Amino acid sequence: MSDTQWPLWEVFTQKRQGAPHEHAGSVHAPDKEMALQNARDVYSRRNEAISLWVVPSEAIVASTPEEVGSFFDPANDKAYRHPNFYKTPGVTLD
Amino acid sequence: MEKTTNPLFEYCLRLGDTSLILSQRLGEWCGHGPILEEDIALTNIALDFVGQATAFLKYAAQVEGKGRTEDDLSFLRDAREFRNLLIAEQPNGDYGQTIMRQFLVSTFLYYFYGELKSSKDSMFAALAEKSLKEVTYHLRHSSSWVIRLGDGTEESYKRMKSAIDELWLFTGDMFDMDEVDKTLITQGIAVDLNKVKASWDKKVKEVFTEATLAIPENVFMVKGSHEGKHTEYLGHLLAEMQVLPRSFPGAQW
Repeated sequence: MSDTQWPLWEVFTQKRQGAPHEHAGSVHAPDKEMALQNARDVYSRRNEAISLWVVPSEAIVASTPEEVGSFFDPANDKAYRHPNFYKTPGVTLD
Repeated sequence: MEKTTNPLFEYCLRLGDTSLILSQRLGEWCGHGPILEEDIALTNIALDFVGQATAFLKYAAQVEGKGRTEDDLSFLRDAREFRNLLIAEQPNGDYGQTIMRQFLVSTFLYYFYGELKSSKDSMFAALAEKSLKEVTYHLRHSSSWVIRLGDGTEESYKRMKSAIDELWLFTGDMFDMDEVDKTLITQGIAVDLNKVKASWDKKVKEVFTEATLAIPENVFMVKGSHEGKHTEYLGHLLAEMQVLPRSFPGAQW
């Protein structure tokens, strides 16, 4: 199967009422209707979803591996940012 | 092959065989679809038809009461004993032809099951309701492709047009009614195909108009599915579909 050159869409599936839509994967499609249809065929054929979202992949802005340091490190060494110092009933924190 | 004397059995075979043969045709696309997503879509549809075929042929076996199973009916009958619509056995051709065949059949099944839902036979009514959900999606899938390809490029339009020319002559067979239909209609079990035809005509016209495709006129219609008079393609299809159970009788997996 050759590359169709159709745009890529990211697919999000909701497993049950009230659950968040989670990233399931991606599909190729020429437009949004077909993207939804393809998403249904590829990601919800075994009862995996009750709701689907499709989003053009190009609409997603992602952080890059180079940014890992500046983006995420600052949170690592500041224990006071984490609610570790008081007990929350029924919740275990690492 | 003479028609059997049990109209309900005949009717079950018509429904089950059409689903079975069409599922086999669609299954041929597995691994060969034009794009991954469509490969999966067509085989999904094929699997829906396997489910429908299993249900209707199981019921057929039960109605017949001779101890045969749905597998016996699928794998141990010859072409003349099959009652599937002629259009279902037509070759896949290119992707456009497969889609056109699917659209014409799905439109038929959509309205057919819509009517069969109110059958006085509770098994038919239940199976129709279940199948209708599946067929609604098949119709959505195939009609959106007919529109895209018809109203697409010069090449895709040409291919859709020739798909219509290949298939249109088998559409009359879908609406052919004989004494089996008449007997079961008076009992409130079967569907009046004239009603289905009116809705089918309207829907096909609507989609073709959007797809910039013309409805052929004055086409000679080939019929014969009710008598098991098939086109040359069914025998070849069955040879492939039935080879395993016929070579290894009673094989299990």
